[in-house]
Amino acid sequence: MVTLKINNKEVSVPKGATILDAARKLDIHIPVLCHHEDLCVAGNCRVCVVEQKGSMALVASCARPAEEGMDIMTNTMRVRSARRHIVELLLAEHRSDCTKCHRNMNCELQKVANDYSIGEHIFLDLVEDHDYFVDRSSPSFIKDDSKCIRCQRCVRTCEQLQYVSAIAVAHKGAEQKISSFHDRPMSHVVCTNCGQCVNRCPTAALVEKTYIDQVWDAIYDPNTHVVVQTAPAVRVALGEALGLDAGARVTGKMVAALKQMGIDSVLDTDFTADLTIMEEGTELLVRLKKALVDGDKEISLPMFTSCSPGWIKFIEHRYPKYLPNLSTCKSPQQMFGALAKTFYADKRKLDPAKVVSVSIMPCTAKKFEADRPEMRSSGYKDVDFVLTTRELGMMIKQAGINFDTLEEARYDSIMGDSTGAAVIFGATGGVMEAALRTAYEIVTGREVPFENLNIKPVRGLEGVKEASVKIEGCVDDWKFLEGAELKVAIAHGLTNADKVMKAVRDGKAEYHFVEIMACPGGCIGGGGQPIPTNQEIRQLRVDAIYEEDEQMVLRKSHENPEVIAIYKEFLGEPNGHKAHELLHTHYVEREAY
Amino acid sequence: MKDTGLVKIDLIFEKIDVKELLIKAFKMSDEAIVQEVITSGLKGRGGAGFPTGLKWKFAAFEKEQEKYVVCNADEGEPGTFKDREILERVPEKVYAGMAIAGKAIGAKVGIIYLRDEYRYMLPELQSLLDEFHKSIKEIGYDFTLEYRLGSGAYICGEESALFESIEGKRGEPRNKPPFPTVNGVFGKPTVINNVETLVTALMVVKIGGAEYSKMGTPDSPGSKVFSVSGDTPNPGIYELEMGMTVQKFVDEFGDGDTKAVQVGGAAGFCVPRKRFADTIIGFEGVPTGGSMKLFNSTRSMYNVLHNYLDFFVEESCGQCTPCRVGCQQLLKGISLVKKGEIKATYLNDLSKLAETMRLASKCGLGQSVGNAFNSIVDNFREEIVY
Amino acid sequence: MYQLGNLVQELSDKYGRDRASLMPILQCIVKKHNYLTDEAMVEVAKELDLSAAEVYGTASFYSFLDTEERGRFVIRVCRTISCSMKGKEDIMQTLEDLLKIEVGDTTADKQFTLLETNCIGWCHKAPAMLINDMPYTELTEDKVIEIIKEYMQK
Repeated sequence: MVTLKINNKEVSVPKGATILDAARKLDIHIPVLCHHEDLCVAGNCRVCVVEQKGSMALVASCARPAEEGMDIMTNTMRVRSARRHIVELLLAEHRSDCTKCHRNMNCELQKVANDYSIGEHIFLDLVEDHDYFVDRSSPSFIKDDSKCIRCQRCVRTCEQLQYVSAIAVAHKGAEQKISSFHDRPMSHVVCTNCGQCVNRCPTAALVEKTYIDQVWDAIYDPNTHVVVQTAPAVRVALGEALGLDAGARVTGKMVAALKQMGIDSVLDTDFTADLTIMEEGTELLVRLKKALVDGDKEISLPMFTSCSPGWIKFIEHRYPKYLPNLSTCKSPQQMFGALAKTFYADKRKLDPAKVVSVSIMPCTAKKFEADRPEMRSSGYKDVDFVLTTRELGMMIKQAGINFDTLEEARYDSIMGDSTGAAVIFGATGGVMEAALRTAYEIVTGREVPFENLNIKPVRGLEGVKEASVKIEGCVDDWKFLEGAELKVAIAHGLTNADKVMKAVRDGKAEYHFVEIMACPGGCIGGGGQPIPTNQEIRQLRVDAIYEEDEQMVLRKSHENPEVIAIYKEFLGEPNGHKAHELLHTHYVEREAY
Repeated sequence: MKDTGLVKIDLIFEKIDVKELLIKAFKMSDEAIVQEVITSGLKGRGGAGFPTGLKWKFAAFEKEQEKYVVCNADEGEPGTFKDREILERVPEKVYAGMAIAGKAIGAKVGIIYLRDEYRYMLPELQSLLDEFHKSIKEIGYDFTLEYRLGSGAYICGEESALFESIEGKRGEPRNKPPFPTVNGVFGKPTVINNVETLVTALMVVKIGGAEYSKMGTPDSPGSKVFSVSGDTPNPGIYELEMGMTVQKFVDEFGDGDTKAVQVGGAAGFCVPRKRFADTIIGFEGVPTGGSMKLFNSTRSMYNVLHNYLDFFVEESCGQCTPCRVGCQQLLKGISLVKKGEIKATYLNDLSKLAETMRLASKCGLGQSVGNAFNSIVDNFREEIVY
Repeated sequence: MYQLGNLVQELSDKYGRDRASLMPILQCIVKKHNYLTDEAMVEVAKELDLSAAEVYGTASFYSFLDTEERGRFVIRVCRTISCSMKGKEDIMQTLEDLLKIEVGDTTADKQFTLLETNCIGWCHKAPAMLINDMPYTELTEDKVIEIIKEYMQK
């Protein structure tokens, strides 16, 4: 521990902690812009400077380790003047069209500018001197260099959390900018559209591409039937966008709000999450049988999950050799989309051409996924519009709904039933746990041997988790698995995914089944989730997801009555012909650089 | 105030038997070498002026097996060209200085970071280095040197930016602490010295620290190589005792019409005629890495400042706000004041901004832009305004 | 555009494939071809297991690692203070007239590219310029014409 003084108050922090950490411990506010809890220290923006007694220059509190006996002042005349200048300098380079901006009232630069009451600019506007470019090529997000303050959070995110580096810092001096490879459009580089950069951008330099207006238009159109699906992770985060505490569970309120907004049918992605377990679980067991019993060398193991479109694009770019290892299952969003314009439209006697299928996702990559040419198995675009949790929050505000006092409502039917196994899809390890709950029971006829169905070894925010389940007492059909040890791994965040892929590639890991989610923490930490998102908030959302699971009556996907019914009435067998046609897909190799 | 007057010295370029000196040095204990350099009072000749002996002592203190000696040959300060001369005329002394530094701190490897603008010298330098490796092997000492090249980036002269560049990255200065002696190139304890500093340290070992410190002043002991350019009949390289006044310097090098001397390059200070007599060139007055540029009365100090700011706008690495945006503001500000598009009093706001850049920038570049700005604006305000 | 061939693989074999090899590899490509094509940067990224954006980001930081097409002879005229004081503008004008291009451009025959650069360390012999690696100092209009004519013969 080191002890120092800040504003004449003594504080002790562990060795290695920064002055900023120490100040926060004392509840002293120091503004930051380049600093983010998830990322390494940068010390670029300099807005966090403080005065250290005995030091000629000011020091950046986010970058400076606390030292024994330091005497720090955070609000001297020099500090105040420097911070004000720094904020003004950032504003000089930044297109400040706040009232027209996507991040208006939710912008970190605006907040700091407000705190320092920047009125009339002292400094000259430099925006006109720069040849700023707005890149709208991605279906998921917009990159607007005129809003960029060069804090490099996005670059560090893409490099450290996602191991993608689709963007990097380029050029120097006044020309310095955040750039893709030789300024190519973001749609034509290795970007996975995960939106983690969007979630960390302090301004509107990176924002999701919004489809709010299109969805309102569909709602207002009397000739369309708007069906909405809501992803598992949205219900534990939407509250944050509407002023509630992190980790608030708002499933019922969210459904009520969507109904008030005029959605014709509010349904649940959880339904197709359960369906995914049936399809993917069966696919895994079939692969195991072919590999272990039939000795089929063509079968690729480990099998990787395919729910996360950021992960899919990552593997398509970086490890195309392993595309056969991906489960052919579509993600729950796309399974839902395919069924909405076939099974659902049919049952509800609707013209599928008039069904507008909207999904609410914690994710920006889902916007890209919905646009993939493979995702038209209904004969139409299976999912018409994808909105992020943040966009839904905005729409609820636009609709004038007081979210906090809303009476809870239930999902509509059909395709509104779900189990606890589906809701945990939202957290890292959740798909694995759901799959194990069902697969183990199919194979052994008994429930998974974990207390209260909670498979704790696959839970938690550790980067790569490994577990194994010994299979004993198999029913006749699955006798070949008797005594086998099913080895699984779970990774979240593409940096961790890459570690797993390298281990698999180098023959250093022997897994049967691997769950990978592109975003840290899984979908609860998705790029479309409310800002800010950090480790503490992710943990609260994860906790909420498991609470949601615990309070469900049904907690195993194969027990979902609507799932049972849809196989009987429409799909036939899991992995059967119809299922393959609507619920499975294929992948494409993409350029690695 | 001690004015040493203008005394020419021949230490850096003096031809010596390097091998003989190395044999002597390798017989000394590591501590004794460090002590000689401390005694000499030598301060870094690149411009920042950190005591060299202390730097070596800190690096020697580190317990790591792997350490480095890095020679900063990324001389890029406008008006400086003495390191090029040293490398051209006495490269073996640079190599020997690095070997001695290596011995003193326990490093077996040295890296010379040479700016790309000096690449034309590389074939010759490399063949002399091969000879040096042979001769050091004959003495029975294990030390190898290699060249790494820059690629046109002034900021790589900043020590931590230089490490980043050697590591294959953008030359962006790091947060400090940790300092290079703890966490230098490849994360290992590193002594990084300027070309001239290494040769000076070598000569300190030759003549003794006490002898060396007899030259110069208490704050600026010894001698140094000056790069003289601008409005002077005698531009070139001169090794002079430290501690002379600007007046003495102008008496020797001026063209009779000198109105200002820029000491220390674009990152240095502008000394106007009225301050020549009471300004010492050295750490007690205006420090310099060697750049001495004279301006006569035909020159517009607005143009001079504009040229410097153009340089910084381009050569700032761009990562920190005060430097990246501040440089652009200063340049645009003086241009508009000059054109009469904004009020002359705006220069006061810019001076305050220059002060913020000095206080809040991440590295020495941003911190020193204000030196030239404020010293030119303060002393030649009328030339900026009209 | 130039044919890259196996150059990147050869350089990677020579310098290694860790990040510290990036600069020497890029420098050797530029030394040979005067600039980096997108293809070259992608190849380097592949060999060193970096993203292409990182390679571009690093290259574009350094003024001498050009990522735009350059001619066989790259002329860099120093524009910093001493050279500016000693007639850099006249030198530049002479070069522009001689090569019939403006600063920043490359001649149609891809022989010459004319650029400005910051201080190259010849302040006492200003004005100065580099042609590829070679410095030329104490330039006069006549001297420039002579030098360029010589290069035109090469």
